[in-house]
Amino acid sequence: MSDSQAVSDSRIVVHGAAEGAHHEHLPYQRHHFETYAQQSDATNFAMWLFLLTEVMFFGGLFTAYLIYRNWYYPAFVQASHQLQIFWGTANTAVLITSSFTMAMGVWSAEMRKKGALVLCLVVTFILGLVFLGIKTIEYKEKIDKHHIPGFHYSMQSFTNPASDEEVYKEYHDKPLAVDMARHTEIYFFLYFAMTGMHALHMIIGIAILGFMIFRAQAGAYTTGHVTFVENFGLYWHFVDIIWIYLFPLLYLISRHQ
Amino acid sequence: MTAPHDKDFESIEQHEHEHHIVSPRVYLTIVVILLVMTATTVGVSYIDMGLFNPVVALAIAAFKMILVVLFFMHVKYSTKLTKLTVISGLFTFLVLVGMTLSDYFTRAWGRW
Repeated sequence: MSDSQAVSDSRIVVHGAAEGAHHEHLPYQRHHFETYAQQSDATNFAMWLFLLTEVMFFGGLFTAYLIYRNWYYPAFVQASHQLQIFWGTANTAVLITSSFTMAMGVWSAEMRKKGALVLCLVVTFILGLVFLGIKTIEYKEKIDKHHIPGFHYSMQSFTNPASDEEVYKEYHDKPLAVDMARHTEIYFFLYFAMTGMHALHMIIGIAILGFMIFRAQAGAYTTGHVTFVENFGLYWHFVDIIWIYLFPLLYLISRHQ
Repeated sequence: MTAPHDKDFESIEQHEHEHHIVSPRVYLTIVVILLVMTATTVGVSYIDMGLFNPVVALAIAAFKMILVVLFFMHVKYSTKLTKLTVISGLFTFLVLVGMTLSDYFTRAWGRW
């Protein structure tokens, strides 16, 4: 209803040089599409195909995680006790809220509310940075405890859990034999690979958001042509979905042996 | 201008592709459910349910994913092509992961 109205008031008709060879269309409709609806459907379809390749990419990491967790179960349980559920939960809430503000951004663009759109994009941008900030706090702790896989990796927290007081008083883990304790390194490798790859997607998303904030201020997305905002929204929600799975798999499912 | 059969095609197209604007009320409802489900999955993880801890956690994650895909990502209001793309992608993903895991989990590793 309001949508068809919204389209009609910006119907600036483009005439081609050769009359008749051109059909009339909106200025932002590419000439090779029959209608604007067809154009936005095609773009939407392409975006989903890209997201499916991303699903397969993260799927490989998730599969590796499940296989190794099954093989080296005691090591994975104890290694996951090193993660703080408080920070994980906070980050989940931050990311879900940012998905909401992004969805509201899409709505603002559709309703041609420029101010609201800029506000939504800015809030999403800030929440993205908050997420990365919390992730940095968590990474810092892993660095301090030498839980980064590599030459300086330390399995002291697992061969002698009592030495790691903070974690020990919550879980009372039993010491692992060295040949099992060394597999905790695989847990941390996968932890950094998965959360790092997720964080990289966040960084790319935040960079694009920064670009979009300037474009939105110039009025680029409130002309009725919302494809870019919409498809970026799809990307942002996809990154949210990855975290929705990472959170329980890494933080929550190994609390009890 | 356009030939009559093109016109027919367009009218069919327009009928199917009426752009749906999801209202803020829907978004707000979904985000509240998502936050409540997050609290639930954390709360449930403190209860010892043995084998069912990961099952429940993943079921809640799947439920959250479905809400995000249907409403935030507008799939509920999208064309059949988009719906089919999403479903077939998810199906292929589950087949690949399912087959790989069933292979790994049913071998007697190091005992042949």
